[in-house]
Amino acid sequence: MRRWSRALAAGLFLLAGSSSAHAEEPFITVASTTSTEESGLFGYLLPAFKQATGIEVRVVAVGTGQALKIGERGDCDVVFVHDRPAELEFVAKGFGVDRHEVMYNDFVLVGPGADPAGVHGKGIVAAFRKIAETKAPFVARGDDSGTSKAELRLWKEAGIDPKASGGGWYRDTGSGMGPTLNTASAMDGYALTDRGTWLSFKNKQDLKILVEGDRRLFNQYGVMLVNPAKHPEVKQALGRKFIDWLVSTAGQQAIADYKINGEQLFFPDAESRHSGA
Amino acid sequence: MPDLVNALLAAWQLVLSGDPTLVGIVSLSLSISLTAVVFATAFGLPLGAALAVLRFPGRNAAVVLVNALMGLPPVVAGLFVYLLLSRSGPLGGLSLLFTPTAMVIAQTVLVTPIVAGVARQALEDLWRDYGELYVLDGVGRVRTVGSLLWLGRFSVVTAVLAGVGRAAAEVGAILIVGGNIAGVTRTMTTAITLETSRGDLALALGLGMVLLALVLAINATAQLIRNTARSAAAI
Repeated sequence: MRRWSRALAAGLFLLAGSSSAHAEEPFITVASTTSTEESGLFGYLLPAFKQATGIEVRVVAVGTGQALKIGERGDCDVVFVHDRPAELEFVAKGFGVDRHEVMYNDFVLVGPGADPAGVHGKGIVAAFRKIAETKAPFVARGDDSGTSKAELRLWKEAGIDPKASGGGWYRDTGSGMGPTLNTASAMDGYALTDRGTWLSFKNKQDLKILVEGDRRLFNQYGVMLVNPAKHPEVKQALGRKFIDWLVSTAGQQAIADYKINGEQLFFPDAESRHSGA
Repeated sequence: MPDLVNALLAAWQLVLSGDPTLVGIVSLSLSISLTAVVFATAFGLPLGAALAVLRFPGRNAAVVLVNALMGLPPVVAGLFVYLLLSRSGPLGGLSLLFTPTAMVIAQTVLVTPIVAGVARQALEDLWRDYGELYVLDGVGRVRTVGSLLWLGRFSVVTAVLAGVGRAAAEVGAILIVGGNIAGVTRTMTTAITLETSRGDLALALGLGMVLLALVLAINATAQLIRNTARSAAAI
């Protein structure tokens, strides 16, 4: 028992050591989406920001809906997500301030190479109609994320209510982008994904991009500070520095420089499309 | 099959490379889980012993509650601690959310009922066999509990090991309260979750194998201590 307790004491010591080592550096907490984390963008961007400012950025990567919720409760300093209507509502309700558009990428429709619904090269709305007509399996996020909301808007535009249509072809997984793609590749289903996650995703199996380039697939990312008037603990000076850096020439260049296999994932567009709170 | 082979290779390469990120993740995992088990043992053993020895109104209900909480889903424990520690929650002022400390708290909530439940069962059996002797000798309740814990020390180790297993394996609670922040709150299990969602299944399973090896090592050590102690006791 004594040896046990010594080992456990060592564990305690380790923990105390690791938390105090971090306490010395200034840091902010950013709630963001799985797409920015899983695509590897943050792994590339944040070290550059830290080098420029000395500020460590701690990212909690969840769906857009959950990220906004974390901001609403005051549990982070900055929110960096991609669902414009929800972001504007977040700001309008006074939960966020200082919103800026930062960059965009696009969604793509992926599906099995054999393309049983015959959607290849079609517009996205026509493609969605085809999938519903042929009842080909479609794997959906269903988790209130930005991607999920964009997908639901597209179904609406196609005049289809996939959840009500029956037949079991619409599979609502309630999970992140990666798990959704894992499911799609396992069951030869179609799925809507952001291009960044798709490019860095490693378990593609037979999945291919079938529809891309439709203007409806445009995916804008916005960043905002959690309102310090609602939550005084928010590190507003540090958070503003992060936001300012993202929209600065240096930050925008860093975003443009991030590539996977020579392909650019995110396209900076801060200066051209400012949108204040 | 090739996937499984790749996973083995990935695990092997991970261990061989001595990658500092991996070392950080492993030591964070161990320190969080072991610290939580220390606290859970400190709360759970007395609780289990009290339930085994003391007779009080509502005892049956308390036993049922502890047994039920042994099966508490980690996500629920995580959500509960999240709402407590959130800046909008009752303990928000402590700024503990998304820190290792929050993860220790969540795992302590998860593991305490397991230690208490397993210990209670073991000690209750001993109490049934020897309880009258203690009463006849006029030994006080507190000393009785201490003595029973010593008598049942091997079962107590089992209770603690069950707690270690639970803490090392769970991901639901620490993912919610820790946020899986790289270099700060990323542990073995949350890293496995992340790599799975990135579709890097070989790396995810490789990490899982490293985790399994660690848990095996902890259990083997405990078994060794137990055997040594047993043969020492026999002499």
